Amino acid sequence: MAMATKLSIKALYKIFGERGDEAMRLIESGKTKDEILAETGATVGVNDVSVDIEEGEIFVVMGLSGSGKSTLIRMLNGLIAPTSGTITIDGDDIAHCSDEKIREIRRQKISMVFQHFALFPHKTILENAAFGLKIKGVGVAERNERARKSLAQVGLEQYADSYPEQLSGGMQQRVGLARGLAAEPQVLLMDEPFGALDPLIRRDMQEELLELQRSLGKTIVFITHDLNEALILGDKIAIMKGGRFVQVGTAEEIVGSPADAYVEAFTKDIDRSRVFPAQRVAKPAEALQKADLVAPSALSAMERLGRDAIYVVENGKPVGVLRYRDAQGALQNAGGDCLSALVTSFPKADRKKPIFELYPLARKGLPIAIVDDADQLIGVVEPETIFAELAGDDETVEEEAALKTAAE
Amino acid sequence: MYSPADMLEIPFADWVDDFVRGFLVPTFRPVFRAMQEPVDFLMQNLDAFLNAVPWLIFAAVLGLIAWRTAGRGMAIFTVLALAFIDMIGLWSETMTTLSMIITAVVFCIVLGVPLGIAAARSDKFLSILRPILDIMQTIPSFVYLVPIVMLFGVGTVPGVIATIIFALPPIIRLTNLGIRNVRGDLIEAAKAFGSTPRQILWEVQLPLALRTIMAGLNQTLMLALSMVVIAALIGAGGLGLTVNTGLGRLAVGTATAGGVGIVLLAIILDRITQGLGEAKKRTDESKSVKGTVSRLLKPIFGGSRSTEPAE
Ligand SMILES: Nc1ncnc2c1ncn2[C@@H]1O[C@H](COP(=O)(O)OP(=O)(O)OP(=O)(O)O)[C@@H](O)[C@H]1O
Ligand SMILES: [Mg+2]
Repeated sequence: MAMATKLSIKALYKIFGERGDEAMRLIESGKTKDEILAETGATVGVNDVSVDIEEGEIFVVMGLSGSGKSTLIRMLNGLIAPTSGTITIDGDDIAHCSDEKIREIRRQKISMVFQHFALFPHKTILENAAFGLKIKGVGVAERNERARKSLAQVGLEQYADSYPEQLSGGMQQRVGLARGLAAEPQVLLMDEPFGALDPLIRRDMQEELLELQRSLGKTIVFITHDLNEALILGDKIAIMKGGRFVQVGTAEEIVGSPADAYVEAFTKDIDRSRVFPAQRVAKPAEALQKADLVAPSALSAMERLGRDAIYVVENGKPVGVLRYRDAQGALQNAGGDCLSALVTSFPKADRKKPIFELYPLARKGLPIAIVDDADQLIGVVEPETIFAELAGDDETVEEEAALKTAAE
Repeated sequence: MYSPADMLEIPFADWVDDFVRGFLVPTFRPVFRAMQEPVDFLMQNLDAFLNAVPWLIFAAVLGLIAWRTAGRGMAIFTVLALAFIDMIGLWSETMTTLSMIITAVVFCIVLGVPLGIAAARSDKFLSILRPILDIMQTIPSFVYLVPIVMLFGVGTVPGVIATIIFALPPIIRLTNLGIRNVRGDLIEAAKAFGSTPRQILWEVQLPLALRTIMAGLNQTLMLALSMVVIAALIGAGGLGLTVNTGLGRLAVGTATAGGVGIVLLAIILDRITQGLGEAKKRTDESKSVKGTVSRLLKPIFGGSRSTEPAE
């Protein structure tokens, strides 16, 4: 997939308070946020953040309360002006453009879902959802229809004529979500958009969001407190502390090699099977070519590898799996022709699939074929590995990973 | 006994006379004339119109408005009060007073709401405006009459202008307050979707400030009513004139009748404008002092009240 940078953030700082210049100097001399607050009374909101966010990517920002997440996301659409640094969207500098330009960008490209909902109490749910479209100048019939659609997406179309105060917190949050979606922006800024939702709806909304991103290629900046959520959603995850990004990476990188103790503390209670993709625990396929397939060599290969089944490929694509006892049977009964003994309804998974999703496949008792986007076999995962993984046996993952690296 | 006047006497009154008569009036007479025009126009037409409307129709319309805004009890009260006014022979005076009040309030809205909005948008403007409003509200209402008479002469229109100036501050103040009190996160949300300042004003600030603005309107109206008698001193007609002539001739009955007319009008207008404000606020009725007062008065002036919004 060809990626273009959608949002580019360079050396971004935000300091709240009067003595900003002084605080900047102290930052340069390496003082911490707390020291600067004590010395100057200025609060460091965001401290030297640089990152490129690619088009169609979900970029998750995580961090403890007060680490500067909301400040950062609100600079991205110009609600807060940075103390220094630049933010560009498609090459336009948000921090240093005219009011007219920034309004244009907000109407056409970016919308926002607020941490504390910020619904308009005097407008109905439908009017709230249609707000962005109204501001853009979309006619009343069309905007109501589109707003209804996005209310349906969050499951609230039957509340269209209610007022925000008549809805529960979680429902209000979903209205905020619908308002953000209805504007059909290219970039969605979401400040803890699922914070007030119960776990079931939260899952639904996460699925919805992933679907949106996959089907419409939206770029999403997503703030959360919940690392599990970050890992499920994030193509890239940034961990923030005291206004800084302490680590930016994929879910795997964050969990697999935390940059420091702070990140490690975050990742401690993580369900690794949700984070690591299948390829991480896959072992080399050692597959046999369909053209050369004969029972004796197949049997000896399995014996050599210590496996009781082996994959057979044609042009790199898996066509079936041969079990040890089937190969033996073929040798005795069919005179060594094993093609008919191949199991062709074999379990197969994309290499990016999280491990926990392989569980239903593992129940067949056959090794799982791990393929890439072009359906090429790149490895296999034994059912035992999956079961061990789901039993919460960390060691296995590490061992398998180590094995895999060693094998490469 | 020593007195500073032995040393120096300042002919202050003469100076003011010279300034106003010698400079202000001749130089700006056209300006003041022009300012009178729209007030005069609205006032004349309203007065003619209200006096032409038959009692029955007027009572029916105002009764209906009272019913929709302040409830059934208030509607009955309104009709009875209007009947009483007609029976004591003050209908025409009441209509004149009403047209003065309406004219004054219309101009207060036209001037006050934009000024209030401007004050809410600019701290600097507010800091200039605030002392002026303070002075306007501390000057006794009689004192207004002097410059008004000098600049505008005597008659109903100068009376209305005095009323406008006197009644203007609350609507400015409360428009400013209402807009400034709109939650910051809602303004942010509106901005985040690309609203222009004008869109923010119309979509978010004004609707959310409406209740406060209505409270300001109510106060402005009450101040305007309180100027009715005073404006009569410089030649304005209506119920104020009735009271004044009654007082001048020591005719207790006439003065009291005029006074009762004013009070009845005040009650009707107060309850209707309060009702307008409350119709908009939907649920939380008990927050304002006004709300409390109105609920205290409710048993006296009306029974059940419809809570339907007046749409
Ligand atoms: N308007 C402001 N004026 C002064 N300081 C501010 C302002 N907004 C935020 N801050 C400070 O900036 C820091 C970061 O705040 P921010 O709201 O970005 O945190 P956050 O990561 O979003 O926290 P949470 O998870 O609780 O929402 C805090 O120390 C806060 O006190
Ligand atoms: Mg926050």
